[in-house]
Amino acid sequence: MKHTISVLLQNKPGVLSRVTGLFSGRGFNIESLCVAETLDPGVSCLTLVTRGPDPIIEQITKQLHKLIDVIKVVDISESDYVEREMVLIRVKAEANTRAEVLRVIDIFRGKVVDVSPKSYAVEITGPRSKIKAVIDILKPIGIQEIVRTGTIAMARAKKF
Amino acid sequence: MKVTGAQAIIKCLKEQGVEVIFGFPGGAVIDLYDELEKSDITHVLVRHEQAAVHAADAYGRVKGDVGVALVTSGPGATNTVTGIASAYMDSIPLVVFTGQVPTALIGNDAFQEVDIVGITRPCTKHNYLVKDANELVSIIREAFYIARTGRPGPVLIDLPKDVVNSKINFEEPTPIKMQTYRPTYEPHPGQIAKACKEILKAKKPVVYAGGGVIASNSNEDLTELATKLNMPVTMTLMGLGGFPGTHKLSMGMLGMHGTYYANMAVSQCDLLIAIGARFDDRVTGKIAAFAPYAKIIHVDIDPTSISKNVKVDIPIVADCKHALIAMNRWFDVQEDFKEKEQEEKTSPWIDEINDWKRKHPLGYVEEGDIIKPQYVVQKLHELTNGDAIISTEVGQNQMWAAQFYHFNLPRHFLTSGGLGVMGYGFPAAIGAQMAAPGRTIIDIAGDGSLQMNIQELATARQYKCPVKVAILNNNFLGMVRQWQELFYDKRYAATGLEVAPDFVKVAQAYGAVGLRATKVSEVVPVIKEALATDNTVFMDFVIAREEGVYPMVPAGKATTEMLLV
Ligand SMILES: Cc1ncc(C[n+]2csc(CCOP(=O)(O)OP(=O)(O)O)c2C)c(N)n1
Repeated sequence: MKHTISVLLQNKPGVLSRVTGLFSGRGFNIESLCVAETLDPGVSCLTLVTRGPDPIIEQITKQLHKLIDVIKVVDISESDYVEREMVLIRVKAEANTRAEVLRVIDIFRGKVVDVSPKSYAVEITGPRSKIKAVIDILKPIGIQEIVRTGTIAMARAKKF
Repeated sequence: MKVTGAQAIIKCLKEQGVEVIFGFPGGAVIDLYDELEKSDITHVLVRHEQAAVHAADAYGRVKGDVGVALVTSGPGATNTVTGIASAYMDSIPLVVFTGQVPTALIGNDAFQEVDIVGITRPCTKHNYLVKDANELVSIIREAFYIARTGRPGPVLIDLPKDVVNSKINFEEPTPIKMQTYRPTYEPHPGQIAKACKEILKAKKPVVYAGGGVIASNSNEDLTELATKLNMPVTMTLMGLGGFPGTHKLSMGMLGMHGTYYANMAVSQCDLLIAIGARFDDRVTGKIAAFAPYAKIIHVDIDPTSISKNVKVDIPIVADCKHALIAMNRWFDVQEDFKEKEQEEKTSPWIDEINDWKRKHPLGYVEEGDIIKPQYVVQKLHELTNGDAIISTEVGQNQMWAAQFYHFNLPRHFLTSGGLGVMGYGFPAAIGAQMAAPGRTIIDIAGDGSLQMNIQELATARQYKCPVKVAILNNNFLGMVRQWQELFYDKRYAATGLEVAPDFVKVAQAYGAVGLRATKVSEVVPVIKEALATDNTVFMDFVIAREEGVYPMVPAGKATTEMLLV
């Protein structure tokens, strides 16, 4: 099962390698990992996506929690949450496909961020499923370069 | 108050109650050594940095406090890694100081620069590179706090040379409060009640005690619980001494080289009460066949230990001592709990275990004049009244020591359990002797392992440590040979030690005493002479070369599939 885990950690040198070292050393897998400062510059938020049976996920959260620099670990996929990923794609756009590419980007509410005579670079944001869909559609047209951020996620606020 | 970094480090050590440290100098720590020399802290100059860490580890175990080691940068630091990893696996509190090149040179491949913080990240509880001298004091205090609290472990502090030489403000200590590190000591009362009710229901309970009992000093509380409830107790290698080995409820060690009765009892029990143990593969054998009929209660201060290898029914995250006290109290206030009735309830089970004990006791076959290693350990036990502090190397020697020296007290058995480091025992004996000057300290050694840190003879002599080394000399890397005998058609690949030193002469070369026994009748006189000698002694016991350790559960097999003597 896929799990999205949000980790608050102290923004100190070497912290990230404590986290990644934990995963490589214990053979846990990481599908994506995203990290940046929070409002408090002393604290970073790390979102990681991993996959595994429940006992492994339990170990992952406990082991993360055991790291001295880790403040909080939440498996946000246990409740309702929103996830987003951003992708930059340079797609081939020659005379016969330029219009088609723009149409696709428009459908996915993407933006063109760079233009050249033979390509567009586009920016698309959304959950992983949407990113996958857009890639699948653009692939036959010709993807020249692709850069993804990895998933970030946030638990939804209680509705009542 | 303005002090230098070096002075601040010494002040911090004093503040932490450090009396002895183990180390080896070099350019990066020369300033710190200069300051150390002026203090009243005893520095033990080892002959290899690995030994400094093992000695500090043993010193800490015997004292029940944090051991401290100090080494230089680069090779000094890398030489500590085995010792640190061993302490990490065995949850031993240590603070290791390593020198580092000046901050301005870090990352430049400077002379004797190594990223020791990077190297030791996976084998320390936590580690620090002190980049800002103003953080030095708070880091040292935090390091000791982390090392000794919660599940104890080694902490490394890397000290760039300019930090040690800087002028800083020394502030008096304030209580340590860490936002991100708060170990749970108190058990959840609901979980305690659940566990105790389960204990009352059980007809065939087994207590499985590990190193956590020793780390938390809860051996008496454990004994109280086991006797109150009339429950048999088995211990892991790290747990030996956590419950008296000669007690009638003791089943000795379990697992790969555990006793027949301990392994049988675990395989038949209806309740397994794990206390400060971690279900290591050497204990469980094939997981699916481990305690198959049992509900499992697991007390551990480290949540990651719980349900890691074996699914636990009643987890209790707590310090073993707090949990055991809470359980004992729960039974004390239970009005309808009668010890007599409880005793009757479990006595058929105890009888069953006693039958197993009679059927397959620990033993060995005598072979005339040839010295059997088990006999040597038995005699060591006898002639020291069972209260020597024993360290071991790794291999058969370690298992024979565990099986035949029936430890009655905690902190009397020093062994590299989790990592299994050959070369641990001799420096550990020196560390133990520094912690307990008047006590008898014996390293039960293999001839192979001893050679991994034999240079420490010089240290033992220099600091007048009259440690005794009982070499169970089979001229083999015996434990590996035993596996080859059993599972590789006796192809003894690289396990024969074709060239061996004359251990008696080696001892003598260092001004220590060397004794040798080649037949059974010489064993007792040699031990007696060694014990009466106020000097470091090597006892070279030339033993049956192909003796094996039994019982043995082949790796990956169920623990009931034991090969017996
Ligand atoms: C540093 C290290 N290297 C290798 C091993 C693997 N090993 C485990 S036991 C053993 C044999 C030990 O031989 P010896 O010290 O003579 O003891 P014996 O088993 O004969 O009592 C070896 C090589 C180890 N545990 N530690």
